[in-house]
Amino acid sequence: MAKITYHTHDNKTYTIDVQKGLTVMEGAVQNDIPGIDADCGGGMACATCQVYVKEEWLDKLPAKEDGEEDMLDMAFEPKNNSRLSCQLIVSDELDGLEVSIPSKQG
Amino acid sequence: MNKTDVLIIGAGPTGLFCAHQLGIIGLSCEIVDNLDKAGGQCIELYPDKPIYDIPAVPECTGEELTNNLLQQIKPFNVKFHLNERVEHLKKTESRWHVKTSGGVEFDVAAIVIAGGVGSFEPRKFPVKECEKFEGNSLFYSIKDKSIFKDKTISIFGGGDSALDWAIELSNTSKVNLIHRRDGFSGADSSVQKVKELNDQGKLNLYTKFQLDSVMGDKNIELVKIKHDEGEIKEFKSDYVLGFFGLIMQLGPILDWGLNIDKKTVQVNTENFETNVQGIFAIGDICSYPGKLKLILSGFHEGALAARGCFKYAKPDEKLRFEFTTTSKAAQERLGIKK
Ligand SMILES: Cc1cc2nc3c(=O)[nH]c(=O)nc-3n(C[C@H](O)[C@H](O)[C@H](O)COP(=O)(O)OP(=O)(O)OC[C@H]3O[C@@H](n4cnc5c(N)ncnc54)[C@H](O)[C@@H]3O)c2cc1C
Ligand code: FES
Repeated sequence: MAKITYHTHDNKTYTIDVQKGLTVMEGAVQNDIPGIDADCGGGMACATCQVYVKEEWLDKLPAKEDGEEDMLDMAFEPKNNSRLSCQLIVSDELDGLEVSIPSKQG
Repeated sequence: MNKTDVLIIGAGPTGLFCAHQLGIIGLSCEIVDNLDKAGGQCIELYPDKPIYDIPAVPECTGEELTNNLLQQIKPFNVKFHLNERVEHLKKTESRWHVKTSGGVEFDVAAIVIAGGVGSFEPRKFPVKECEKFEGNSLFYSIKDKSIFKDKTISIFGGGDSALDWAIELSNTSKVNLIHRRDGFSGADSSVQKVKELNDQGKLNLYTKFQLDSVMGDKNIELVKIKHDEGEIKEFKSDYVLGFFGLIMQLGPILDWGLNIDKKTVQVNTENFETNVQGIFAIGDICSYPGKLKLILSGFHEGALAARGCFKYAKPDEKLRFEFTTTSKAAQERLGIKK
């Protein structure tokens, strides 16, 4: 398990123990945290699972795979700290990660 | 008015295979899809990517799967209504009256919703004022390019559509191309061309900028863009074009009185009927305990939903279970000559 903190657009905070191996997207969807649509189910084909990563975490996350940045071009209000949460696989290294969920996904 | 036994909403893999299953048991159907082609996610999101888990097909691409499904339903001459979104359903005695965005109407005995995650629609700008100009000076697709002649156009996006239109329109219009980063997802050759045009002053490229606001009275007159670092630039612009791909929107499906949970429609697993009699849901859009969002599950669901439709289409007949290998009737329907 790793603790992942999700801040939603309406200023609510959820800290969840997410099982290792799941994605940050799944951690939110399975725990009914609103705001992550994940329309393509983790296929890196929809950009509706965008999150903004807390600055101090940006460098600690695994680098973007081919295609993630292309997909982020399509996201709703992408920023420099945007990631696709379906591409972030939870591991010990991610324990304590904090992400914010945008107001909308599209 | 199109009269048929079953209307299938969605031409994704699940809807296509359900058409086959309806054909085999002797029911007619027509298919509506919002996209301009059949194939759903397979054709829109990953036509060239390989799929490895279609039973008995070790490997095929999204496009190949779609073509094979279309080939498989060919004997049934299924009528497609593409570029149409199903908007309204109304029960009339024992049948359904259905209407699309383009005004196409259907009179059917049953409806199968194979709508995936909803209909594919263009992704829009996050900037609120954009709505006001949509359709008059702000577009997400181009129908008539002649209106852009000798005008100033601001194009947003970094994929093939944005690049291709920027290159093409730069011949006859003043083009600004704006993209959120230095890299592009479009073809390298197009990126190269855009950079050349920019160097030659035939087009203005702004990277690391995004739309900040649009201003104008009836039509857009001024566009403001904002750099990553906060710098704002503004310029005159007659038109704004946004190319951010497609997003899936459940849209009208929400208004049909169905039990919806997290953007999916609840069904029973006996025949995939929803809480509304005569309306079935299959594929990614349906939910039940244990649902897997896989194509193979959608095929199974379609086979059962097709049989569920039978009693509505032919209330006085009984459906007999048959194999295609040995059923004369099924083979006749498939047009097999012996
Ligand atoms: C990148 C990626 C890779 C994948 N890889 C695999 C894989 O390897 N194996 C696998 O089994 N699955 C895979 N999938 C999942 C698979 O593509 C989906 O499960 C499948 O497409 C679902 O099919 P469907 O027919 O239910 O819906 P969709 O394919 O989503 O099609 C639904 C169609 O309905 C239309 N529609 C919706 N509402 C309306 C309306 N009101 N009016 C008109 N039309 C409407 C839409 O426009 C759309 O074309 C993958 C998905 C993605 C994104
Ligand atoms: S769930 Fe679709 S890109 Fe992440």
